[in-house]
Amino acid sequence: MATPKPRVKLPKTASAGEIITIKTLISHQMESGQRKDKNGDPIPRQIINKFSCEFNGTPVFSCDIDPAISANPYFEFNAKVAESGTFKFTWVDDDGSVYEHEASIEVK
Amino acid sequence: MRNRYATVGLGALLAFATALPAAAEPVDDELVIDGQTMTVRTAAPEGHPFDELLSGWLFREAETRELEADSFQNPGMLYVDRGADIWNTVDGTMGKSCASCHDDAADTMKGVGANYPKWDADAKRPINIELQIDKCRVENMGAEAYKFDAPDQKALTTYIKHQSLGTPVAVDLSQGDLQSWWDRGKEMYYTRTGQLNFACASCHEANSGQYIRADHLSQGQANGFPTYRLKQANMVSLHNRFRGCIRDTRAEFPKAFSDELMALEVYVTWRGTGLSVETPAVRQ
Amino acid sequence: MTINRRQALGLTAGAIAFAAAGLPGRPAWASPEETQKRIAEFTGGKTPETGRLTLTAPEIAENGNTVPVSIEVESAMEGDDVVEQVMILAEGNPNPDVAVFNFSEASGVAAATTRMRLAKTQNVIAVAKMKDGSTFIDQKEVKVTIGGCGG
Repeated sequence: MATPKPRVKLPKTASAGEIITIKTLISHQMESGQRKDKNGDPIPRQIINKFSCEFNGTPVFSCDIDPAISANPYFEFNAKVAESGTFKFTWVDDDGSVYEHEASIEVK
Repeated sequence: MRNRYATVGLGALLAFATALPAAAEPVDDELVIDGQTMTVRTAAPEGHPFDELLSGWLFREAETRELEADSFQNPGMLYVDRGADIWNTVDGTMGKSCASCHDDAADTMKGVGANYPKWDADAKRPINIELQIDKCRVENMGAEAYKFDAPDQKALTTYIKHQSLGTPVAVDLSQGDLQSWWDRGKEMYYTRTGQLNFACASCHEANSGQYIRADHLSQGQANGFPTYRLKQANMVSLHNRFRGCIRDTRAEFPKAFSDELMALEVYVTWRGTGLSVETPAVRQ
Repeated sequence: MTINRRQALGLTAGAIAFAAAGLPGRPAWASPEETQKRIAEFTGGKTPETGRLTLTAPEIAENGNTVPVSIEVESAMEGDDVVEQVMILAEGNPNPDVAVFNFSEASGVAAATTRMRLAKTQNVIAVAKMKDGSTFIDQKEVKVTIGGCGG
């Protein structure tokens, strides 16, 4: 499997105190651990188990994820922005890999 | 022709269908992707069994329709992104990427996917996007042809066809011997096969709009392929879907890109003439 | 030892029951009871109220593999009126846990959307926990259709 690639959508600018909507999507099989291969052996679980978003170092939103979340996990949530800065998005894989993405916003 | 396939052998199927809610009509809805209106209904070309062609999008539930309409949320767009990376990545002994010859796909591939399959004068048979990619890889890049349904093949095919989003499907049957492959594809479309003794036409023509158990039968159009299927949570190629359908009739299915399935691709693609390319469509 | 017909039938039935109980490879499905246990753990034994939390999910999911689900809690998201966590559960899945959303004042509003897997028709439940310790619940039944065209 190719390295999971995140997609993040948020506005480039906002007014101070505005509540913005953030959408995130990442490619990942989200192997549930419930499936079996052709020989009838269980396919081991491998999912993204944690997603988090922080803004200028402050936690905004996070999600503890179980195997019932669909492949290519999607999260939509909000953030209240008081100042210009950078959002940092982090996805943590069961295998220990961490996928990151950053996006900045200008408050006018 | 239609009546012949409408009645015999489908008794059991129709018994299921009538037991379910009768809301069988496709929805009357408009598909707009990033401000561009898709043609999801259009008048059929001459010689077509239907009067009006309908995109499979119209047969899906609201949540599935919304997912395709949102180009951010559509998980198929992850494969478009991946295809863009492959487009720009050097592969093979000649040190070239797709972009080395074709530059920016947004310019050079715009509308191209809507006109496949085409006639391959060298091979003297139809060529689809997957085979065109392989031909380029082998002849111009010194790379190997992809294995059928390799993730990179699906992603690159999706990326190239996505450059035609909104362009009406138009196959030029006057190319080479394409017309005779169309004839052969048509023959296949109406030939009953498998233990269930279904032709393509049994479901997608005679019973389009009806339910087969919980599946709302579309016209079986190819304009959204490769398509993101919720069931697989993955891209599904047209030949994979052909094989799935044929297997569901409990028949042996032909190999991907075999003469049989290439003929079927020519004919089925033509059946969607004028519908917008929707790749990556989202289906159930 | 001789076995009459009735005893033979009894033995057979017993053997079948034993075989069924010991059937290998069958996942242990979550149950409403297990789901209630998860809720009790999450709320600290409190019975959550209805009202401020809204769970949105389709009445009929076209495919159980990808079912959109949204939650929203009425809250000012400042001072004491802050939603801390919202847990999503599916009582008919092999395991009821789906996700836990963690909010903060910086979230602005306590709302989130994701996509989930549902193994069959079942209740999807959301439980919210507020900073002041109060808890809220909402649930929706989602019908999962089984299509004929496996593909």
